[in-house]
Amino acid sequence: MLKTLLPSRFIVERDPDRCIQCQVCVRQCGFDVHYYDAEDDVVRARDEQCVACHRCVAYCPTDALTIRKNPLSYRDNFNWRPETIEDIIKQAETGGILLTGMGNDKSYPIYWDHLVLNASQVTNPSIDPLREPMELRTYLGRRPDSVEIDWETGRLKTSLTPLVPLEVPVMFSAISYGAISLNVHESLARAAREAGTLFNTGEGGLHRSLYQYGPNTTVQVASGRFGVHSEYLDVARMIEIKIGQGAKPGIGGHLPGEKVSAEVAKTRMIPRGTDALSPAPHHDIYSIEDLSQLIYALKEATNYTKPVSVKIAAVHNSAAIASGIVRAGADIVAIDGLRGATGAAPKMIRDNVGIPIELALASVDQRLREEGIRNRASIVCAGGIRNSADVVKAIALGADAVYIGTAALIAIGCHVCQACHTGRCSWGITTTNDYLVKRINPDIAAQRLVNLLRAWSLEIKEMLGGMGVNALESLRGNRLHLRGVGLTDTELEILGVRMAGS
Amino acid sequence: MQSKTMANPYNPYGDDKVIAACSIFGMMDTSGRRFSGADVTRAIANMHDRGNGLGGGFGVYGIYPEHADKYALHIMFEDSLTRRDVEAFLRDSFHIAYAEEVPTRPARGIVNPPVVWRYFVSLNDRRPGDLTEDDLVVQKIMQINTTFSAACVFSSGKNMGVFKGVGYPEDISAFFRLDEYEGYLWTAHGRFPTNTKGWWGGAHPFSILDWTVVHNGEISSYGINRRYLEMFGYHCTMHTDTEVVAYAVDLLLRRHNLPMEIAAKVFAPPLWSRIDRLEEGSAERALLTTLRQVYSSLLLNGPFTVIIAHEGEMIGLTDRIRLRPLIAGTKGDVLYLSSEEAAIRLICPDLEQAWSPMGGEPIVGRLKTDKQRKTAPAKEWAVV
Repeated sequence: MLKTLLPSRFIVERDPDRCIQCQVCVRQCGFDVHYYDAEDDVVRARDEQCVACHRCVAYCPTDALTIRKNPLSYRDNFNWRPETIEDIIKQAETGGILLTGMGNDKSYPIYWDHLVLNASQVTNPSIDPLREPMELRTYLGRRPDSVEIDWETGRLKTSLTPLVPLEVPVMFSAISYGAISLNVHESLARAAREAGTLFNTGEGGLHRSLYQYGPNTTVQVASGRFGVHSEYLDVARMIEIKIGQGAKPGIGGHLPGEKVSAEVAKTRMIPRGTDALSPAPHHDIYSIEDLSQLIYALKEATNYTKPVSVKIAAVHNSAAIASGIVRAGADIVAIDGLRGATGAAPKMIRDNVGIPIELALASVDQRLREEGIRNRASIVCAGGIRNSADVVKAIALGADAVYIGTAALIAIGCHVCQACHTGRCSWGITTTNDYLVKRINPDIAAQRLVNLLRAWSLEIKEMLGGMGVNALESLRGNRLHLRGVGLTDTELEILGVRMAGS
Repeated sequence: MQSKTMANPYNPYGDDKVIAACSIFGMMDTSGRRFSGADVTRAIANMHDRGNGLGGGFGVYGIYPEHADKYALHIMFEDSLTRRDVEAFLRDSFHIAYAEEVPTRPARGIVNPPVVWRYFVSLNDRRPGDLTEDDLVVQKIMQINTTFSAACVFSSGKNMGVFKGVGYPEDISAFFRLDEYEGYLWTAHGRFPTNTKGWWGGAHPFSILDWTVVHNGEISSYGINRRYLEMFGYHCTMHTDTEVVAYAVDLLLRRHNLPMEIAAKVFAPPLWSRIDRLEEGSAERALLTTLRQVYSSLLLNGPFTVIIAHEGEMIGLTDRIRLRPLIAGTKGDVLYLSSEEAAIRLICPDLEQAWSPMGGEPIVGRLKTDKQRKTAPAKEWAVV
């Protein structure tokens, strides 16, 4: 085989004074970068295979390793940048679609970083969450416009369709078993139970060993229908129809056959080793009335005991689409933005299709209000939520809750090296390789996830208190607590936010 | 009178909302006995330092028994030309039973007042079938207030009236000669706006039909309260917290037919931690849970005390952690609500009881003689 013309992206630096040839790095690297040369009794590296996941750096007992960017300089060119050149080299060598993992890494504006929050000074008191109650509880689902009371008895006459309580307005995004290991699924499930939130199966079904976490599980029904059967629907707290995802709007999910192990195959109800490729559209949904049929088929199948969410990628017409989804009977609309991540996506699609979640969220919330149907569904915002401030800003823009995917995986070890699609994750997360999956210990990983949600909750409470409110619902859709910095008039108008200082 | 322009005189700088601190006072004789405004004026004057002279006002119920079935429109005019135009509009929309200038006397601190007239009107026959009388009156008032830049309808209920303007409340009372009126329910307000120039229409009480609201506080949830109400067709053009309270009350009580005690649980709901302690499956738990789930966007969050009044009823309510003061007191049939206890004791030295209601606990006074009124179902909630 012709040697690739691609230069190495990273250089592995090993301090010979520190290295003790223990070969931990050799065993830890999922990408076969490190190897032991017995002849010279020395550990060496194949730099060209390094993805900078830092597993070796973290586990080297003598801190002998570091990873540097390859400083190899091209002639300066704003048009033909190194990434562009290297993509062409790859395609010239393979003739294939460029694949990648994680979310869009391009420099599109991150609107969260152009929104700032309010705080109370003098005219109203800030509330101290260390001394006063501060409420984050959120309910997802459909509400009527009014409550009816029996005047004779004082009792409630209205009964609500099922709502899902969240103790923290952060859920774990859809990540399928197969894309990630069973241990990761279990960690997410256990953390969701402990933190009072939901994890989401993604489109790969739910392993039977995790049915016990059903009350904290959202099960997805995607175009491939992998692992969808009545028991799967029955154990769930909520059902989500996946129409699209932010990382790859317009196309279906991809799970390479290499990751389809025996257990994955059983859970997905497909033959072992076969590629699990979800069709781009649902083959029974070609318009909004078809979506309505699927929503009600799922509600019928579960006897109207569970809310149904519909997840779409944020695209140009999100507001009108969301309105249709709500009218079609969905109880929750989940919108996944341009920076939403994935286990595997065509790079061109990940990096160029869809719109920033902040703009989509603002326009969807506003549209549903203008049409007077905002009560009929909750809005869940996904794709690129990085910290508690992003959560607070999303809620102020109009989200009922958010999904986090990448942030959750980072909490259990991910270093965002964008190699999920290879199935060789050194951290044992996006792999089904038996040797690697053991690296995630659900006891430890679940605790780290719970810690993350706890930390964010504390921060959210501090920010809420600063704004002078003691319940999250008083911030929800309350855009007066946001101001924009460095935004154009049009951006401010779409976000429904005023310029800082005005 | 500051010129009222379409550019929103309540909010000349275009702020998110108008911020004001205040003194509030309410007094109701639940037997229906009518009394003059003298005591209420003394009480609100005792809290002089809580205002800054940029707004004072009163709401009085039971003052026009001779015209009890007519909508009493109080209208302020900047000039007589406007009055002529507005009166033409009124004649076109209503039957005017009686009209007169509201009598005033020169008073300290009252500078350049507008001309104030009152009209007792009923609807003429040209009423579209699908609107209630109240809806139509509201529509006409909104029309006057947005069409005529030099006129403002600031009171529109039956057998009640609002008197308000720029000045300390005791000066407004003197100006409008409120010692000469008698009502069974009075509310009063002294205003301390932090950012608006005084404008006569901008003083409290804020009113729509016979609902009046006087308010001390800043509602930090204003942004979402307003957006929620917009879904039900209310447009908060005046950018005051008080307006939000008035519309929210109208939505829950008039349109959703909820009793005030239950509406109070929407505005100032118990904490989830308290609801969670209620017996599983109990009616109270189901009610409180559902109210919070459905009306989460109407939680009035942040510091506030309001006194809401309408025919035969006066309600005092604070935010659920009581960040602004409210004292209730009773003697015989009389219920007092005040920002400060001293104001009550000044006019009623032998008060029988005085207490600070819990945060979010509504204090409701109702006319005992009013047999028609629906009484609230849940007796355990504080009803005087």
